[in-house]
Amino acid sequence: MSLRGLSPRFWVAAVLVAFVILVGLIGPLIVSTSPDATVGGLYDKPRCCGPLILGADNEGQSVISNLVYGTRTSLIIGLLAGLIGTAIGLVVGLVAGYRGGWVDDVLSAIVNVGLAIPVLVIIILVSVSLPQRNLYTLALVIGFTAWFWVARAVRAQSSSIRTREHIDVAKLSGAGFWSILRRDVLPYLLSYVVMACILQISGAILFESTLSMLGLGASNTTSLGTMLYWAIQWGSVRTGAWWAFVPPTFMLTLIVFSLLLLQSSLNEVFNPRLRRGRAARKRAKDEGEELEEVTVEGEDAGPVGSGGFLETPVSAGRGESR
Amino acid sequence: MALARYIGRKVAWTLVVFVVALLLNFLLPRLIPGNPVDAIVGQLAQGGGAGGEQLQQIHEQYMKEFGLDKPLWQQFFIYIGNVFQGDLGTSFAQYPASVNTLISQALPWSIAIMLPAILIGWIVGNLLGAVAAFKGGWLDRGAFIASLFLSSVPPFALAIILLFLIAVKGGVLPVGGAYSFGLTPEFSLAFFGDAITYWWLPFWSLVLVYIGGQAVGMRSMAIYELGSDYVNYNRGLGVKEGHTVRYIFRNAMLPQFTGLALSIAALITGGLITELVFSYPGLGSLLFAAIGQNDYPVISAITLLITIAVLIANLAADILTGFIDPRIRAVQSGER
Repeated sequence: MSLRGLSPRFWVAAVLVAFVILVGLIGPLIVSTSPDATVGGLYDKPRCCGPLILGADNEGQSVISNLVYGTRTSLIIGLLAGLIGTAIGLVVGLVAGYRGGWVDDVLSAIVNVGLAIPVLVIIILVSVSLPQRNLYTLALVIGFTAWFWVARAVRAQSSSIRTREHIDVAKLSGAGFWSILRRDVLPYLLSYVVMACILQISGAILFESTLSMLGLGASNTTSLGTMLYWAIQWGSVRTGAWWAFVPPTFMLTLIVFSLLLLQSSLNEVFNPRLRRGRAARKRAKDEGEELEEVTVEGEDAGPVGSGGFLETPVSAGRGESR
Repeated sequence: MALARYIGRKVAWTLVVFVVALLLNFLLPRLIPGNPVDAIVGQLAQGGGAGGEQLQQIHEQYMKEFGLDKPLWQQFFIYIGNVFQGDLGTSFAQYPASVNTLISQALPWSIAIMLPAILIGWIVGNLLGAVAAFKGGWLDRGAFIASLFLSSVPPFALAIILLFLIAVKGGVLPVGGAYSFGLTPEFSLAFFGDAITYWWLPFWSLVLVYIGGQAVGMRSMAIYELGSDYVNYNRGLGVKEGHTVRYIFRNAMLPQFTGLALSIAALITGGLITELVFSYPGLGSLLFAAIGQNDYPVISAITLLITIAVLIANLAADILTGFIDPRIRAVQSGER
């Protein structure tokens, strides 16, 4: 994959994602104020230069400091939960699709039940039952409950790869079960898994903020969701203290939007059919032909949607079913 | 005949999932080490929400209600029995109010904003996506970029921004709640006229997100169909444009039905948080209050209700698909 083949959309997305990661990584180093330190009064207005550049929140804490630490927390939770979810979904989907038979039946039944029950319900029930919640338990809970659609999508693909000839060759040459999965099946799915992982991360970040806004967030850490929780609890929207709720809202939107954009541009890179569509469209334009104007341009971004996980299987299947 | 079998299989499947959901709803809170009632009442005492005598009362009430002295499998059947009799238990935080009362006060508000938003969002979104795909040009560009953006913004983010810009800064619509102070919910024109001003903003912030998501999906489906072989073939044969368009829409519509079923949980989740932002007195706000007070019976009743709503929506979409898609009537083996 050469760098020249990448679309402008990819670069926009990459820059946005890099910006978010920089805020989370370097932000806490630059903003020396602790997010727990009281530096001002109730909803102090933003004033230039210092910890109060974005004003103070309901406890008089610096909003900018909460924002950068919160971004870091959200990124950690998203990354951890996203990786766990993708890993579980990948293994279950690979084994179910490749093994087939009763293993497939059992695993698929579990996955289908998991898909039918709203993820949020399971997460709420587990979080309520936990004796204490911190950043890592939240990430684990989200990661372990939100992997079902990855498993289903991976299963669909690996079961189609199972019948290919190179698998027979590998079997004849005496390769073991896991070795075949790793070396002969997985490479075909890798691009897909990368995209699924990006979606998992953005979905996990959304789930974290949803949970935090419901009051189920990490008790000892600032996250973007807990910032919004306090902002809503203390009526900052009503009193017009925009600096308390606009920064976290903006940051969350930026994170989710840039990740979805990244995923959709990668989809374009990895999926040859979409590229052909682009070329066809260009050709059609040259010939002035009306008909080809409508060829897919790669904007079947696949799983686009704030809903994250639950809207994904539709489009994931969409790409493959044809 | 095949259709009946298809529907039967879907119903059976829904029942299986429902039992699993009941099991989860029952089992997860019991994973707390020790007696769940002790744990919950202990938390209540820490919170200082209730006095000693009241706590004792709550404790006894719950030991009896859950039958905690009995073995686990027997407890499960007691729980199932209660659920099927429509008895969701008694609230901890607002003892002795029954959960049924709390839910029945909140549910109509949730339905009032979510149901129209989902239906209108779905219809308008699909129309918009289809028209954008069909017309192409600037309409397509504009509609697509707007939809893409709307569908990737977290639903609550849009709600917060709308609330701030339109209600707080603009002062056009009321800031929060569901009806003016001093009024009581009743079926009168005056109350309705008042409540609808509170209804607009949560409705719009939900419906915009749904329209975006559906339009993006429908557009790419319609575009796939427009470029497919049968469309070109029809054009080659000189079949009337309108005739082909009917096929295109029928084919593009089907995945949107399943799509609606799959995204309904996400839509409800978004709706709950939107209620919170507008302090709309629906299930979202009730859930929020219940979580804040460790009001376990209310939480588990709401999660159960959400699950049931999602299951019913899934089943309805599946059955509708069965009627619309002729392939299902022809299909022989079960799909996975």
